[in-house]
Order: sequence, then structure tokens, then C-alpha cells
Amino acid sequence: MINANLASPRQDLIYMLVFSAVILTMPLWLQPFGAAYPGLLQKFMIFGILAIGYNLLFGLTGYLSFGHAAFLGIGSYAAVWSFKLLSMNVIPAIIFGTVMSGLFAVVVGYVCLRRAGIYFAILTLAFAQMAYNLAYSVLTPITNGETGLQLSQQDPRILDRMFGIEATSSLPFPNLFGITSAGFYGFYICAAVMIIVFFIALRIFRSSFGLKLRAIKSNQTRMSYTGYNTRPFLMTTFVISGMYAGLAGSLMAVTDPLAGAERMQWTASGEVVLMTILGGAGTLIGPLLGAGIIKYFENIFSAFNENMLMDAFSFLPDWMAEGVAAFLGLFVGDGWHLTLGLVFMLIVIFLPGGMMEGLQRIWKLIRHGRHKRDHQSKSQQASAEEA
Amino acid sequence: MSKSKDSMKVTRRSVLAGTAATTGALMFGGVAPLHFIRNAHAQEFPGDPGNNSSIVLGFNVPQTGPYSDEGADELRAYELAVKHLNGEGDGGMLNTMQPSELQGNGILGKKVEYVTGDTQTKSDAARSSARRMIERDNVAMVTGGSSSGVAIAVQSLCQEMGVIFMAGLTHSNDTTGKDKRRYGFRHFFNAYMSGQALAPILEDEYGNDRKAYHLTADYTWGWTQEESIRDATENIGWETVETVKTPVGAGDFSQYLTPVQDSDADVLILNHYGNDMVNSLTQAVQFGMKERVANGKDFAIVVPLYSRLMAQGAGEAAKGILGTSNWHWSLQDEGSQAFVKSFGQEYGFPPSQAAHTCYVQTLLYANACEMAGTFAPWEVIRSLEGFEFDGMGNGPTLYRAEDHQCFKDVLVVRGKANPESEFDILEVVQQVPRSQVEYPADKWGGELGPYKPGE
Repeated sequence: MINANLASPRQDLIYMLVFSAVILTMPLWLQPFGAAYPGLLQKFMIFGILAIGYNLLFGLTGYLSFGHAAFLGIGSYAAVWSFKLLSMNVIPAIIFGTVMSGLFAVVVGYVCLRRAGIYFAILTLAFAQMAYNLAYSVLTPITNGETGLQLSQQDPRILDRMFGIEATSSLPFPNLFGITSAGFYGFYICAAVMIIVFFIALRIFRSSFGLKLRAIKSNQTRMSYTGYNTRPFLMTTFVISGMYAGLAGSLMAVTDPLAGAERMQWTASGEVVLMTILGGAGTLIGPLLGAGIIKYFENIFSAFNENMLMDAFSFLPDWMAEGVAAFLGLFVGDGWHLTLGLVFMLIVIFLPGGMMEGLQRIWKLIRHGRHKRDHQSKSQQASAEEA
Repeated sequence: MSKSKDSMKVTRRSVLAGTAATTGALMFGGVAPLHFIRNAHAQEFPGDPGNNSSIVLGFNVPQTGPYSDEGADELRAYELAVKHLNGEGDGGMLNTMQPSELQGNGILGKKVEYVTGDTQTKSDAARSSARRMIERDNVAMVTGGSSSGVAIAVQSLCQEMGVIFMAGLTHSNDTTGKDKRRYGFRHFFNAYMSGQALAPILEDEYGNDRKAYHLTADYTWGWTQEESIRDATENIGWETVETVKTPVGAGDFSQYLTPVQDSDADVLILNHYGNDMVNSLTQAVQFGMKERVANGKDFAIVVPLYSRLMAQGAGEAAKGILGTSNWHWSLQDEGSQAFVKSFGQEYGFPPSQAAHTCYVQTLLYANACEMAGTFAPWEVIRSLEGFEFDGMGNGPTLYRAEDHQCFKDVLVVRGKANPESEFDILEVVQQVPRSQVEYPADKWGGELGPYKPGE
């Protein structure tokens, strides 16, 4: 684990290169896990971006927002409207979605950041529920209610018409200057965005601005006594975080041009909190890991059924295989929530720092083991390295 | 010294530039991973089994959420259908379906396998589940769903991806109305048919001078059902006092039921389904609405879309309540009997209407593949369009080519006053003939779209 403030730019460069390589080769190394299909890879990226953005607020300042799904939803709706009104190109949709969420974040932040702690959480939750209910019924002309906002043949798409892009008899699909955003292309578009926003998050973590945010988390009162007005810092972070969520929402629309109100439900807000805590709040990579794990459980574990389990345990005698399959069947298929709950409990109880803490412990164990081996010959160098 | 240090220094710009370059290079040069998708070899269409000895179907049903009971029963029916298609068990409706080219040796000689997914009764979850089936598991057909919102969302996804969607339980007019798709097919009836079938019975039962109060599930199905039932009842002279939308999965409906008692309505129409209907009906009965007298008449409750599972959940409350159903296990025709028998042998209880429609849809798809002689979806679509069949319950049925809606008899049912068993809760009041519920294909507009995606 690279220490937050002591990493040199050179280390950061390596870090970024490794990160980019890992992200871009996901279709290869996720193959054995049965997760290397575009639909899920795109979800990994999108929810990863959401969690990274959320972590900027929660991980750095400690402000627990329970309403981030609202920004996600607004980003989606804005992007779909951009497809409908302007162009099927993804660039305007992404910009439009991010900016709209940013504006909404300014309003919500202005009101909610007057309070801290549980009151802040409740206020953001209230805002998100309001947004959800508005989208669900009151604003039906804009959001198309429960059915969700969809593209249609009759959409104006002004920019596309201007540039003479002819409509086909089937519905158009979002594209990046002619490259469709479906399938693996969609994943690479999301991955590119992910790498860029991850770099921005990295810079924020390393900056003095990030340091001030951490100071707010550790003791806001002391921070004010030293002469800092904390509100502008909080406000900026809140808006950045909201824009990350809006970006994630617009990417959801880019890879699948449909926006529904359920995206804004409080359960969706809770999910991103889970992702961040599961992975490790306040770490750079943690939220990404958490997002990946939750989406993996949701999509892969829910798809197992008893037949597959029976196949997997067919090497056991029949009566035993049936017993094992019946028992494990509780945890997969419709029981995937149960598994997720158990994993979450185990992590929170034994690894309060999330999965990142687990990884660090393993890393330490390995280093420790190596030290012991090297101790005889190179004890002095080792201790110097340690220092 | 300082000079060399400067040249070593990595600036923010160089980091950005480096990253961008790597990203770019990998993005445009690195689409290579496509080679690693399973079955990516020379597929002519999604789900093409190629030389594989098996064909995969995707069963996408709600396993959690307000419609999970229906989802569980749908899954049972799908598993049974797969067995019968593969020649296991007693064959069920394979023996009664006419015309049929199914021989119990899989589809086109390929063994039928399946994958399952949880829609959670949410459009997003249902779509990502369907995408997993199509992109990872290479399914030839997606089927399922117990909510019209979900069915419409998955149907349009399937159109984009070029995979046939055989809708499960979806009752909204929009599914084969304004949101119809070339790749979507529905065997289940719709809200308009419910209204047309139910209205004459309501007239006989409750007369022409009634005031109706609607509670409606707030999504596409609820809206279209409310509209259809309102039109049908207003045609027989009823007045609509008030229509109130309730959120799906609300649980507690008392805040919506209290205003009903304060209004001058004498009929309550519950446009709810699944657990929502169980809750709203039970609570309405607890409010004493069955014994209520309004405007000098006995207060009546109507549940336009009724199912055995729901009646079972509502228990005592369901007694005497009128509604419509796509199918019921007590039907005496040969097809229904065969299905009830093999379902009962497998699971120990009779199937629900959701199970029936899902089972039938799977067989219809399989048969259409046999007729077309290929799995190529555009050919399968052509053989399903305008297909006429019999022997699957509901009498002679037509898959109308113009909107992919099945036309068949509709059942008007009532909660039994003296049930003989825990499954014998509904009695069929009337089997309304198909001619009474037909309507022109362009009634709600909408377009099917092309046979091949991207055309």
C-alpha cells in the first residue's frame, strides 16, 4: 500500500500504469470467474466510478451521505434526454449528465451541509427519497414513471439531424463518433473514463486539499479554530462527489439507453455505502473492490441454481451431493442477499478497514516472512529499509 | 545533479499523457479480448449453438420482491417444460398440442439446457440479468418476468440484441400495444381483454348503477388495467368516483383504504397483483368492506386480474371476489389436464396461471424452431407470427402477426365460498369466448421494428 502523502510522482506513474493495465485487461483475467461478459464489466466500471466518487466524500471527510443514488439517477435521465434531444453521441450525454448532477449537488449540498453526522445523513436521505418520488410519479412527463425513460423513433435528435445522420428503422444506439457503445466497446469507453477519474481521485488524495478534507474528518472543530472555514471545502467535495455519481449514471445510460426511477431508491444509495465500507473507506482502491464484489454477487451468485450445484458436486455420492447442493442452495440463487449479508458482517467484524485492511495484513505477513528468512544475512539493510 | 533530477521528475502532465496513451492504444488496438468470448466462433446470430449438441434457454424470473411467489412457480414450469422437451417425464402438453412438430428429442435434435436469473422485479436488474444470459451464456431465447414494467424493459433489450423474448406473466396493454417489439411475444392475455370479459358479468352481478373507486399499482400494468376496466365499466353505466395510484410493494394500504370509506363509492376495484393484491384485499376485508352497505347496496370488491396463488395468499378474504384469469387448473380440456397431471406429479400441487403461460411459451418457441428448421431468430419469428394452435388450454388460439399477442378464451373467476382443498379456491364463472375480447391490432399504436436488428 502506497502511503497517501509520501508517494513520489514516479510511484504514482507506476501506480497509474499498473492500474490501467489491470482495468483494461479485465476481460482476460475475469474469464475464469465467469464475469468477463460486457454487461457485467460495464457495471464494474460504472459502480466503481460511483464508489470512488462516494469515497471522496465519505472516505476523506467522513460525511455519510445516504442520497447518492439521486445523483446517479439524475445523471441517467439527463443522458437519456441528451440522446433524445441532441445526439446519440456519448460525449454530450456524459457532459450533460455530469453537469446536471453537479448542479443538483450544489442545491442539496447548500442545504444539507449545514448539519453534520447523522443529521446530514438523514437530510441527504430525505432529498434522495424526494427525488425518487418525483421521478416515480410527479415528474412522469419527464421521467416516464416506473416504466422508465426510453428512446423512441420519433425523438428529435437535433444535432444528429443537422449532421445528416439518417435514422434507421430500428432504434439507434449510443455511439462514440460511430463506434457503438454496446458490448466490449462500451466497456472500453467506461474503462477509459474510469482511468481518467481514478487519476483525478488520486490527485485529490495526494493534494493539500485532500489533506484538509482528512483534517475535517479527524476533528472539524480544531480545523475551524486554526482559522479554516470548512464549509467551502465540504461543498466542493460534495459537488465533485455528486458529479462522479452523475458521470456513473450517464455511463449507465450510455451502455444501456434507459433510465428508471428505481435507480434512485434508497436501497441503491445504501448499496454504494456498502461498497465503500466493504472495500475500505478512505482508501483509493477499496471502493472499487467493494463495488466489484457486490456486483459480482448480485449478478453471478443470483444466477446459480440447484442444477448447477448438482453438476458441480457430481463427484460426490448421490445422497451427499444432494445434501450439499440443498445446503449451498440456500446461499445462491434467490439467497444471494444472505451470502452478501454474511460476507459483509464478517468483514465489518474482523476487518473494520474493509478488504483493503485484509490485503494489507496479508502483505505484511508476506513481508514479515521474508524478513525472517533474510534476517541472518541482511538484518541491517532490512531494518534500514523498514525505516 | 539537479539537472539529472529534473529530467527524472515525473510531472502531472506526463502521468496524464502516459495514461491517456496507454488507454488509447489498448482501446483501439486492444479489442482482442473478443476472441476469448465463449462460442464467439463465426456466429450468425446471438445464441447460435453452432455445432454444440445443446441449446441454452434463459429463464429470467423474479426470485425476490413482491412477485416472487409467481416467479418461483414460473421457474418450476420452465424446468418441467425442459424435461418434456428433452423427452423425460410423461411429456405433458407435448402430447396434446396441435399442430406440433415436437418429438421429445430436444429442439432440432439439440438437448435443451437452461440458465436462470433473478429480475428482482426491477427493470435494471432484469436487464442486466438478461444481458448476462445473452452475452455470457449464449442463450437462444429469453423468457420470464412477472411484471409488465420488467417485461417491456427486457423486451426492448432483446430487440436490440436480436434475441427472442417469450414474455411470461405480463398483463399490461403496452407489452403488445405501444411498446410491442418484433422480438417480443406474449401468450398471456391483457388488461383490455380482462375488462371486456369482466364487464358483462359485473353487470349481471351488481347492476348498472354503481360507483367505482380504483386503487391502482403505479406502473404501466396498473395504468393500462385501470384505463381498460374504467372504459369497460363506464360502458355498462358505472360511474368512476376516484382513481388512486399506490406504489408497488407498499405493504400497508390502510392510508389508501380509509378514503374509500369516506367516499360515496360502492365498488372497490383493486388493480393490484402479487403480494400487493394479497395485502390490499386482506386489509380491505379487515376494514369491514365486505359487510359494508353503501348507497343502499352491498359494497363489492373486484380484482380484475386474479390468480390462484394470490387467492391462496388472501385466504378467507378472497371468497366471493370476482376477477379474470388467463387459465385455471380446474379446466377440463385435454391439454390443461395433461399439464396439471405432470406438474402435480413433479411438485405435488397444481400449477398457477403464471406457470401455465410460461410452460406454453417455452413449448411454442421450441415448436416454432422446429417449424423454421433453424434457431435463426428472424425465421423463428416468422413461424410464430400468425401461428394457430390448440390443445394447450383456452381452446383454439392465434398468435396474431401484427402485434405478437395471443387471442384465446378468457376466464372469469370467483373466490370459492366453500373450498374443498387449499388449492381449490377459485371457481370458473364463465369461459368468455375469444371473439368477445378481440380488438384491432393498431389500437394503441406502436411499431414492431425490423426482423434483423440494425436494419
